[in-house]
Amino acid sequence: MLHKLYDWIDERLDITPIWRDIADHEVPEHVNPAHHFSAFVYCFGGLTFFVTVIQILSGMFLTMYYVPDIVNAWESVKYLQTQVAHGQIVRGMHHWGASVVIVMIFLHTLRVFFQGAYKKPRELNWVVGVLLFFVMLGLGFTGYLLPWDNKAFFATQVGLEIAESVPYIGGDLKTLLAGDPEIVGAKTLARFFAIHVFFLPAALFALMGAHFIMIRRQGISGPL
Amino acid sequence: MQRGKGMKFVEDSRVLDKESRNKIPKDYSEYPGRTEAFWPNFLLKEWLVGAVFLIGFLCLVAAHPSPLEQQADPNNASYIPLPDWYFLFLYELLKYEFAAGDYVVIGTVVIPGLAFGALLIAPFLDRGPERRPSKRPIATGLMLLGVIATIWLTYESVEAVNWEDRANYSVEAVPDVEIDEEDPGYEVYQNNCMSCHGGQLEGNPASGGPSLVGIPHGKEALKDIAVNGVGEMPANMFEGTDEELDQLAEFIISVNEQANGEGEEGESEEESE
Repeated sequence: MLHKLYDWIDERLDITPIWRDIADHEVPEHVNPAHHFSAFVYCFGGLTFFVTVIQILSGMFLTMYYVPDIVNAWESVKYLQTQVAHGQIVRGMHHWGASVVIVMIFLHTLRVFFQGAYKKPRELNWVVGVLLFFVMLGLGFTGYLLPWDNKAFFATQVGLEIAESVPYIGGDLKTLLAGDPEIVGAKTLARFFAIHVFFLPAALFALMGAHFIMIRRQGISGPL
Repeated sequence: MQRGKGMKFVEDSRVLDKESRNKIPKDYSEYPGRTEAFWPNFLLKEWLVGAVFLIGFLCLVAAHPSPLEQQADPNNASYIPLPDWYFLFLYELLKYEFAAGDYVVIGTVVIPGLAFGALLIAPFLDRGPERRPSKRPIATGLMLLGVIATIWLTYESVEAVNWEDRANYSVEAVPDVEIDEEDPGYEVYQNNCMSCHGGQLEGNPASGGPSLVGIPHGKEALKDIAVNGVGEMPANMFEGTDEELDQLAEFIISVNEQANGEGEEGESEEESE
């Protein structure tokens, strides 16, 4: 039955080459921890992706309760944390996942750097990877304003002052992020929510797509 | 052209320019070894690693509920800002004199810009053919320097924070009490104690005044402390008549009794859910 369905689709869309590109390849010995335990350093990239998936899923569930306005944001997080069934677990996964994903992407970056795996022909994939790192830091920064507690508010104020200190464009940059040259308030929260939930994830997906396509085209780098 | 399953490919999909093949590090396919099919053999192992990782991660989540501080109050002048741990290195950097005040641009733009900029274009700075860290000492040295500096700055920043005081910022640190502003003791409290112990008796980490909710003292002890001080609290903070002192002590005790009573009610409510 499944075979017939597959053949029916394959006859029309020729999906076998796609499948072949995604999954039908050999994993070389030097990245396989079953052969050399030290190859566990190759796990960090995959674990970064795994935690990113956790972040996407838990974040989707969080938006079912979260309200991005300054009157209700904190109340909605508190309600989720204390009243909603398993709300504490879902918020906990998103909160701790944000830290773990930074740790994993950091270790992955170090692995690639010290192995010199960014050398020709993989320069572009390294650049995309560092951009992914920046997007992750941006997600972390915009994410912790959202609960609208004191930590969020004052850390964001400091962050916006840092943005303001940039020569020439600082003032405009701050206004772009905060929605106002002076006030950190309702507009700021709405903008950070939009950046955290739409803009940066869009950039994240595009960059991850490029990252993975390049890995599949170039293969993993050889042993040292 | 043959279509569908079994389609023949002229070349491997990992296309390589034949001419440049000798100039770049060899691909792993050049090394004969015990390769393993990704699907399904290797993917199964990856799933096992992922499952073990997920168990550890969920243990962390269950053991440490994520923190929530009190609702943002832009007028809270005593609050000391602190970013999440992965921005602490930048926060600490901005404390140094050469990267603060008039030179803040150095701390906010120049140093992070150089460091992250160099990271971004690393493949174009480190262009040699060697891959081993020991064969490219400049790249390895600079990266180690960056990593050690980041870890050191983060450590210094964590050391400088008084985590016990910060616990008072948490939402759990505020007992649900309704202050009865009609109470004669409240006016006495307002005039004598509020500047250090806060409008809700919640304490004020900046001035060092602890919370007055959840303290064990009886009426006489409270009166004694108000007059003679205790610990870091100086003597003679209270100025007024003996009658006002009585009212003050009764007011503080009444708030404490209310907080204790409400606390228990709150718990039983949760249990009945």
